[in-house]
Amino acid sequence: MTMLSVNGDLRQQTEALFHRKKLVALAVPVVVLAYLVYIFISFDVMGLADRARMDNARTLVADSYSYKTHVSRDNRDNDLAFSIEGARAGTYADGTHPDWIEVQGTNMVVDLGDDHVIRFLDDTLVSFEMPDHPTINLQLVDGAVVTNLSDPVPEWVNASKTRVSITTEAGRLSYTRSKAEVFRYSLGWEMFWFTLSSPYHDVSFWDVLTGPQLDESRSNIVGAWQDFWGNTLWRHTDVFWAMWETVLMAFLGTFGAAIIALPLAFLAARNFAPVIALRFAVRRVFDFVRGVDGLIWTIVLSRAFGPGPMTGALAILITDTGSFGKSFSEALENVDGKQIEGVQSTGAKPLQRYRFGVIPQVTPILLSQILYYFESNTRSATVIGAITGGGIGLFLTQAMQTQNNWEKVTYYIILIVLMVMMMDSVSGWLRRRLIKGDDSGH
Amino acid sequence: MADISATGNLGVHSTRDAYMAMTRRRRAYGAVLLAAFIFLMVTGFQTVEARSAGGFWDGLPQLFDFPAGVVTEAWAKIDRMPANLLRYFPALIETINIAAVSTLVGAFLGLVLSLLSTRGLARWPRLIPVFRRTMDIMRAFPEIVIALVLIFILGGGPIPAMIAIAVHTAGALGKLFSEVAENADLKPVEGLSSVGANWSQRMLLGVFPQVAPNYLSYTLMRFEINIRASAILGFVGAGGIGYELRNAMTFGTGKFDLAAAIFVLLFLTIVFFDQLSSHYRNRLVKGSGA
Repeated sequence: MTMLSVNGDLRQQTEALFHRKKLVALAVPVVVLAYLVYIFISFDVMGLADRARMDNARTLVADSYSYKTHVSRDNRDNDLAFSIEGARAGTYADGTHPDWIEVQGTNMVVDLGDDHVIRFLDDTLVSFEMPDHPTINLQLVDGAVVTNLSDPVPEWVNASKTRVSITTEAGRLSYTRSKAEVFRYSLGWEMFWFTLSSPYHDVSFWDVLTGPQLDESRSNIVGAWQDFWGNTLWRHTDVFWAMWETVLMAFLGTFGAAIIALPLAFLAARNFAPVIALRFAVRRVFDFVRGVDGLIWTIVLSRAFGPGPMTGALAILITDTGSFGKSFSEALENVDGKQIEGVQSTGAKPLQRYRFGVIPQVTPILLSQILYYFESNTRSATVIGAITGGGIGLFLTQAMQTQNNWEKVTYYIILIVLMVMMMDSVSGWLRRRLIKGDDSGH
Repeated sequence: MADISATGNLGVHSTRDAYMAMTRRRRAYGAVLLAAFIFLMVTGFQTVEARSAGGFWDGLPQLFDFPAGVVTEAWAKIDRMPANLLRYFPALIETINIAAVSTLVGAFLGLVLSLLSTRGLARWPRLIPVFRRTMDIMRAFPEIVIALVLIFILGGGPIPAMIAIAVHTAGALGKLFSEVAENADLKPVEGLSSVGANWSQRMLLGVFPQVAPNYLSYTLMRFEINIRASAILGFVGAGGIGYELRNAMTFGTGKFDLAAAIFVLLFLTIVFFDQLSSHYRNRLVKGSGA
């Protein structure tokens, strides 16, 4: 509060103060609004509608909760192939196929549901029957894809001489010179637990537990565990390791930084620093390390140590040494001198004074800060992992780059969010316990 | 005291024995914890090293090769430095803008969420758990996740980064804000409701003046963090100085003067906003000159 002079005209001063406050209260929203208008123009928010790829968004959402079955026929040798997500591990064995397909020799009828039926007929002819549109026929004639569609084609058809793709709600048909392929979306993550090659695929949980032995060489539980854990498509083992790596990066970085920062913080604290010049130098080192920022440290370190989680752990370690150094030395500057005097009066040497006079006072603050950073570094480790190539961050960026593994992206996102929330509650619980329980300091 | 003198030496002994036993037990617990911690650190580091491309001791001597290379190259081309700094200045402004807008938007969202999820202030008390969970989930999303998904849909540029950081900021600030709001005095709120103020008036006039200094201080701290986050997100494709840095890094040797200029800009910016925000935070918390 501005001091009001007792002798002056109090009323006038108060009115002036109120007037100024009113002006500020009005000016702040105006400034914020003006800034937002500037951002609106400089970020080109208007152009967003052009740039936004809503078809990408639809693929992403559809992919995230469903899986595609690829049904294809080769135009040269009439080979039929059925697979889930086009993956080798998801290929149906010879002679087997999903039950919504009827196979007759090299011909087949694919029922997409909702009265959408695709017939694969003789001589590379494929016909697509749908309710709101006349049947579309596609055939390979002299090396070109020919359809009975008249120009202009509907917007859900993308046609050229070498490739025609028809996208409907029920599924997608893509006809190229080499093959005709149908993609049918179904709900769920079909091979999340077991791939098609596993005998436990499509067997209910109870049947695996209590039903007859499905594989002669292994008991059901062992076999199911092995097949789940060794799932080549979802790579549960690798994902588990990547999560562990991410937590480990955060753990090593945070606690390593704390171990390094604690002794340095004594040198940087006003009341403990042996030499003023040294204190000043250590402080500048902390400021520098913090200022350089995790991103630059990550780049510098990955040049020296190569890609991998170690680089990430070291990057977190170095950045946080700066942050911890600063906050630890502030905590040390606020300790109560009486306790140290008390310990000193019993004849304690300097090291013992620190151990019994200082450390018990600052432990709760320090631990709570370390735990808070540990939690927040789990999140940072995801980002750093994406840059240095370690942990779940790498898996996430890899799955995103393929642009058609959105169900995996969803899975990783769920895992990351659960991991961070778990770290959050564990560190919160520990913080409450440590701060409350650590009253004696031993 | 009276007890000890009454029972004589025996009482002192038993008290001392009990104390010593307690101390020994605590020391034992402490030693076990310390051993477990050291074991975790050592094995953890070995695991991480084994899963990395290069070893720790192999890489350590090379640690300064890259910075030294950058510095020598930048020094050799020091005459180009001002031009390079100028060249990347717009990108820097974009990075700062991303951080500023996302802090503004995130703080506003966090403010609303925090008031909705604070006992005694909430508009719909039954929905408090819902809003709390929302904040937890928003906070748990690493920025990179949202940014990458949005880059796929909206294309590169500042907007995906802005949204990504704003979501996380709303969750993080919402939690801090609601901790402050829990300690707010409810009497002004009661007074306002007795004269017929509606919920938003009660919040704006009764709660907000009490919590504003703390809220502003937290928001400033978040702005500092968000500048770093926005630089990192640029590196994964969201525009700004981080994006330029990635490009400069791929140019490789011979173009390190560009990387050096970006390092300098980034460093100065972070230090500048660090100092600025800590200065104003000190003023806000100590209440001088408000």
